Amino acid sequence: MEIFGVPSALLGSQLLIGLINGSFYAILSLGLAIIFGLLNIINFAHGAQYMMGAFIAWLALTKFNVNYWVALIAAPLLVGLFGVILERTMLRKLYKLDHLYGLLLTFGLALIIEGVFRDQFGISGESYEVPDALAGGINLGFMFLPIYRAWVIVASLTVCFGTWFMIEKTRLGAYLRAGTENSQIVQALGINVPLLITFTYGYGVALAAFAGVLAAPVFQVNPLMGSNLIIVVFAVVVIGGMGSILGSIVTGIGLGLIEGLTRVFYPEASAVVVFVIMVIVLLVRPAGLFGKA
Amino acid sequence: MTMKKAISIACTAALATLSAGAQAQVSGGVVKIGVLTDLSGTYSDLAGSGAVLATKMAVEDFIAKEKPNFKIEVVSADHQNKADIASNKAREWFEREGVDTATELVTTSVALAVMKIAKEKDRIALMSGPASTPITNEQCNDVTVHYTYDTYALANGTAKAVTKQGGKSWFFLTADYAFGQALEKDASAVVSANGGKVLGSVRHPFPGSDFSSFLLKAQSSGAQVIGLANAGADTTNAIKQAAEFGITPTQSLAGLLMFITDIHSLGLKTTQGMYLTEGFYWDLNDETRAWSKRFFGVQKKMPTMVQAGQYSSVYHYLKAVKAAGTDDTKKVMAQMKKMPINDFFAKNGQIRDDGRMVHDMYLMQVKKPAESKYPWDYYNVRQVIPAAEAFQPLAQSRCPLVKK
Repeated sequence: MEIFGVPSALLGSQLLIGLINGSFYAILSLGLAIIFGLLNIINFAHGAQYMMGAFIAWLALTKFNVNYWVALIAAPLLVGLFGVILERTMLRKLYKLDHLYGLLLTFGLALIIEGVFRDQFGISGESYEVPDALAGGINLGFMFLPIYRAWVIVASLTVCFGTWFMIEKTRLGAYLRAGTENSQIVQALGINVPLLITFTYGYGVALAAFAGVLAAPVFQVNPLMGSNLIIVVFAVVVIGGMGSILGSIVTGIGLGLIEGLTRVFYPEASAVVVFVIMVIVLLVRPAGLFGKA
Repeated sequence: MTMKKAISIACTAALATLSAGAQAQVSGGVVKIGVLTDLSGTYSDLAGSGAVLATKMAVEDFIAKEKPNFKIEVVSADHQNKADIASNKAREWFEREGVDTATELVTTSVALAVMKIAKEKDRIALMSGPASTPITNEQCNDVTVHYTYDTYALANGTAKAVTKQGGKSWFFLTADYAFGQALEKDASAVVSANGGKVLGSVRHPFPGSDFSSFLLKAQSSGAQVIGLANAGADTTNAIKQAAEFGITPTQSLAGLLMFITDIHSLGLKTTQGMYLTEGFYWDLNDETRAWSKRFFGVQKKMPTMVQAGQYSSVYHYLKAVKAAGTDDTKKVMAQMKKMPINDFFAKNGQIRDDGRMVHDMYLMQVKKPAESKYPWDYYNVRQVIPAAEAFQPLAQSRCPLVKK
């Protein structure tokens, strides 16, 4: 069977791959959206923090023989801690200033972090093997699906919806949302808002590192892996609506699918399709698909 | 003025000229070599600081062995793979800093920009890193030497060998810019000439990170061989993902531009059995091993063909300056073309009128993990491609300098 001259098997497999890439976009844009929504900081270091997650997993495996599953927890914790230190020592001073200052600071940090890794590890990158438990694949009839890729979808969707649930449905999430609406009143009610904000930045950064560990067996671990991805992820956040949690998840997955389809019908355009959509959305709905104007 | 005085002045003048002649007419008594390379980006592992090191090694060895009567200085700069940055730097070097030759010049766009400036300023461009054939064809000039390899030699080596060994149907995964398209074109011609068939190609955006969609397209084409007409991280990611999606055991991959650093970063498990064409391998013989181990001592990585070629080209240039007794561009170029190149990198290498340095190339096959006995033991040499066959024949050249 063919759809628009493309065998349906090929179309099915491309959609599935789109879903996999979409889950990466979702988890990265979610971190950015949380940080922007609650801290008003445009975190340009997100790509570098994603790369740090992947590198920590690789270092843990090759230097300390720490396996993938431990790294999946430990790397986000370590990078999250790094984020907490950044927030306490630097970002904190910028909340009252224009967005531009936060953007410049985090962009500068990203350049420094990537520079240090490039100096230490070179540019060609390192290989991280797929963990044994997730090696191999399943023949779905229309395509060969590596088990690891299936795991990526499951893991990232679980984390995305868990995060959404925590922010939208729990008491902690309610404090967070209230704290960003009016921090003085919330603080007057006895809640430590600065601590909440530090925790939020740390969590957003940890999400980036989690995505990095997930990506390590799929992509070559190299110092620029994040900077190649981050621009697309920013576009996803803008399309979803800056700061919208659910928006970033749904848009991430949706754009992954659209990108997958573009690769079938007109591969040359697959790198720009996200930006074309961004332009259209900004023209029609300047606040983004899920943003409140 | 007395007759005696006039004679003595004349003699002094003559002596002064003579002594200047003996001192060699090297401008300022210094030969200045500029290494203009990618020190921070995609190509910094295959060229980069290793190319700067190779240049310094060449200068040290030259001074120790040839005892020249001129001084040699090395300067280096990062062109960030941008033609405009490279042009500005080259101009500054030639105009204000007295640099005699700009070397390395990885990335085709950089190479094409700098060779024009070299021509304008009458200085020499020595290219070890860039790959594209226009450097010695449409864009050729008489101050440029293209030293280590080019897309023709790569396609000719790898695509020919793979097609001859039974890989008759091909599908290309091509980086969507000038270099990728040139490589695809060169390789397609070689495949067809050897009785193979090109079933199709897919152009991916550059740089990319996820190639699974493109790979599945290549898979569904049913081609026996997937030709990777890309480089650097694009190639390594594509190879890694091909293995992940179970494409590689049934279909084989041919990396058309790969360096030993790529094999090192991917590991033998993923790359075993692949064919690739190289101009140099550290483990060919005692001479290559001796030099490479010195290089490794500093860089902690074995040299790529670009870095080894960089050493060889700089050494050859310095020898030509010494032999010509001047750093005058025309005379040095004539001398470089006259002398054959014989060192650990090339045997009987020759620089042709189009600026192409021709030397033997090597068809390599990546070892299985079990075959690799020591670190960096990665290749089996499958074929030595003689200089005469490895590069584009002069008869096919599109360079106006070539007299036909």
